[in-house]
Amino acid sequence: MSFLQIHDLARRYGSTTVFERVNFSMAKGEFVCIIGHSGCGKTTILNILAGLDAASSGTVVMDNREVAGPSLDRGVVFQGHALLPWLSVMRNIAFAVSSRWPEWNRFQVQVHCQKFIDLVGLTGAEHKKPAELSGGMKQRVGIARAFAIQPKMLLLDEPFGALDALTRGTIQDELLRICEATHQTVFMITHDVDEAMLLADRILLMSNGPKACIAEIVDNTLPKPRDRLNIHHDPRYYGIRNHLIDFLVNRSKRYQSGKIVNLKIGGVAA
Amino acid sequence: MKLRLVSAVLSALILALAVGVWHLATLAKGGPAAADSEYAKLVGAQAAAGAKSAFPTPADLGRKLVEHARDPFYDRGPNDKGIGVQLAYSIGRVLLGFAAAALIAIPGGFLIGMSPLVYRALDPFIQVLKPISPLAWMPLALFTLKDSDISAVFVIFVCSIWPMLINTAFGVASVRREWLNVARTLEVSPVRKAFAVILPAAAPTILTGMRISIGIAWLVIVAAEMLVGGTGIGYFVWNEWNNLSIANILAGILAIGLVGMALDFLVGRLQKSVTYVE
Repeated sequence: MSFLQIHDLARRYGSTTVFERVNFSMAKGEFVCIIGHSGCGKTTILNILAGLDAASSGTVVMDNREVAGPSLDRGVVFQGHALLPWLSVMRNIAFAVSSRWPEWNRFQVQVHCQKFIDLVGLTGAEHKKPAELSGGMKQRVGIARAFAIQPKMLLLDEPFGALDALTRGTIQDELLRICEATHQTVFMITHDVDEAMLLADRILLMSNGPKACIAEIVDNTLPKPRDRLNIHHDPRYYGIRNHLIDFLVNRSKRYQSGKIVNLKIGGVAA
Repeated sequence: MKLRLVSAVLSALILALAVGVWHLATLAKGGPAAADSEYAKLVGAQAAAGAKSAFPTPADLGRKLVEHARDPFYDRGPNDKGIGVQLAYSIGRVLLGFAAAALIAIPGGFLIGMSPLVYRALDPFIQVLKPISPLAWMPLALFTLKDSDISAVFVIFVCSIWPMLINTAFGVASVRREWLNVARTLEVSPVRKAFAVILPAAAPTILTGMRISIGIAWLVIVAAEMLVGGTGIGYFVWNEWNNLSIANILAGILAIGLVGMALDFLVGRLQKSVTYVE
């Protein structure tokens, strides 16, 4: 029994089907990225996993329990960071921590928050308001907030989409480091093929909407631990990368059948 | 800094100019003028002779203001109370009516803002009731409440409630969806969500409503007190009109302006303290 099982998920708005026949599962500690063009319903899938949205049909089972509504078991890092602008960095995270452990006193909460502020490299910015932070720092707070509640699964909705390449790189490194240290189960939406290859164990490729579905599941065979600066020297790197890009450019449009192709393209390029 | 200094100097110049024009316009005119005898009987020989304008000079007002400032809180019977006492009555009524309105409007606005159903159901009533001049309620209030003091407070209540209600509802309804989603994913209880997310998110809008309300309330209290009489700065102004003491009327007007400014400033400070930058 997998940790997370998604069975025959579909979402319809009236007569329009955004996606259907979405089936996949995730093991505990696995990092899965989902890639697809805009409008294929990636965010809707993530929201359903988060419990913020409901599927039209199909089921999501996590840790032997059906997902029906939001839960502290699933931490979400929102696309637009979604920090509460009237609270400082510390208090934004404390809001989450005291929701998770309401019995904790102020001191316990603060110590716990500080640990995660340090973890994402925001030491010294504890008492700043979100408006005083750069985009990258805001997203770090969002990540710290999600990690701080120690959820069973982390859901990331294109967390680095709005960041410049340099900042994105550093935060990717941090995320990689934290995930390796905590063995966190992560489901992440991204548009960035390189990001997916750096972070993911498996990459789900969605065909274009309407009636989108998961067309291919690509096992990322690049060895771990991965290093952002050297990963592209791996002989397998461009094989996988070309495969993913080809999907986005060509196959995502043509894909019609409901059959998922499961690929291991380890040695393709070599 | 430089801008502030220059603007202060300019303000002072404008004030000096206005007072100067006023002073010149109210100067005693020289020589006895041939006055109409009936007019003389009506306004008194001195005025008719043009010895002095009936409108006070800036100096007259100044003397009056010093007089009021020296003893603002005296009380010599129903028709002779210090300007401070009268202002205190008015401020008291405004704060009472305003507080009662806030007590209803803020929770009410919360409810309306949270529920599109309640919003739609109450909207026609709000739209009809909002444009009614609060003074139009006065006779009804006098008839039902049978107390002029409570009626004045009621009128303040009625005029304060709408801006607060509408702004609270709007502020609550337009809380960013993602902030609410944060609360949902953290399984925050409805009460905690209301106080820790929705209230601070909507606070600047709510305070804007409160600021509009206190401004309107202060406008309305003067008119209301002219109607109900007895005490208050509105009654003071009207009473001085009956006394034909233009200097006192001017002093009253100035006091109304200053208190109105102070009330706005205080709510403005409160507003600033809850404002956040997104």
